[in-house]
Amino acid sequence: MKSLSRQEPFVIQREVKPLDFLSAGETASDFKETLKSLGIIPEICRKASIVTYEAEMNAVIHGGGGVIAMELSGDRITIVAKDEGPGIENVSLAMQEGYSTAPDFIREMGFGAGMGLPNIKKYSDELEIETEPGKGMTLRAVIYLRD
Amino acid sequence: MLLGDIMRILEAEPLSQEINFDVDLLSAFAADLMSDVLALARPGTLMITGLTNIQIVRTASMVDMPAVVFVRGKKPPRETIELAEKLGIPFIMTSKTMFETCGVLYQAGIKPIRCLDR
Ligand SMILES: Nc1ncnc2c1ncn2[C@@H]1O[C@H](COP(=O)(O)OP(=O)(O)OP(=O)(O)O)[C@@H](O)[C@H]1O
Ligand SMILES: [Mg+2]
Repeated sequence: MKSLSRQEPFVIQREVKPLDFLSAGETASDFKETLKSLGIIPEICRKASIVTYEAEMNAVIHGGGGVIAMELSGDRITIVAKDEGPGIENVSLAMQEGYSTAPDFIREMGFGAGMGLPNIKKYSDELEIETEPGKGMTLRAVIYLRD
Repeated sequence: MLLGDIMRILEAEPLSQEINFDVDLLSAFAADLMSDVLALARPGTLMITGLTNIQIVRTASMVDMPAVVFVRGKKPPRETIELAEKLGIPFIMTSKTMFETCGVLYQAGIKPIRCLDR
């Protein structure tokens, strides 16, 4: 794989705006295209884009917007989503499938099933969530390039 | 099964400008919940949905789903079709309901996705 011989880590980041549903997902699409162009295999690109997309939608819907970054270095892709929104009171509850505080208009768009964080966990090899209620949250997900 | 055959079975009309009728689809997944699609759908799977907002295109693209069927004759807004064209994902529309769409495709041999981990 081309990327494994890279010396310098590769980093890109994008800002996402709160409740901007027309642009939401652009970051994930962008990251996916970038990974593809770097020669990363489709299955890894797919995992990384789903993780980015769920984190991006959460920042757009719940987090009051934020910054999503992707780093490719050595044997891994690291995705970091940071926002200064309300944060999460009870992380283990939020991680449960089906737990959601999304309002009805979000559900009508096909989101708010309470599956986003569980999906991120499912498709990443490492996951850390740091949050302080009222101050925001930082989600860090790692995907290994090889099993 | 080729997208062209699926269109014939569903009496579907194309919504995107350029449609590749030779896209091969082995399975289908019907949902109005995008997180379910993101959790379960596999690459190469046809998406069947009653929703038409732009995030449907994003979701299909993230999972590498090669085509999307809108049921009940719902025509997506312009931004949805524009993004689908930009990302090269064929969009088609049938007047059949979700149930009938799934039923006829199943009968024609389209497979469900396997949820091994559930
Ligand atoms: N960035 C965030 N800031 C504040 N709260 C969040 C954030 N991300 C998630 N949450 C909280 O965690 C809950 C669960 O998130 P999760 O992504 O699993 O589901 P959802 O976003 O509600 O629905 P889905 O992801 O299925 O569309 C959310 O409903 C929300 O209460
Ligand atoms: Mg979510």
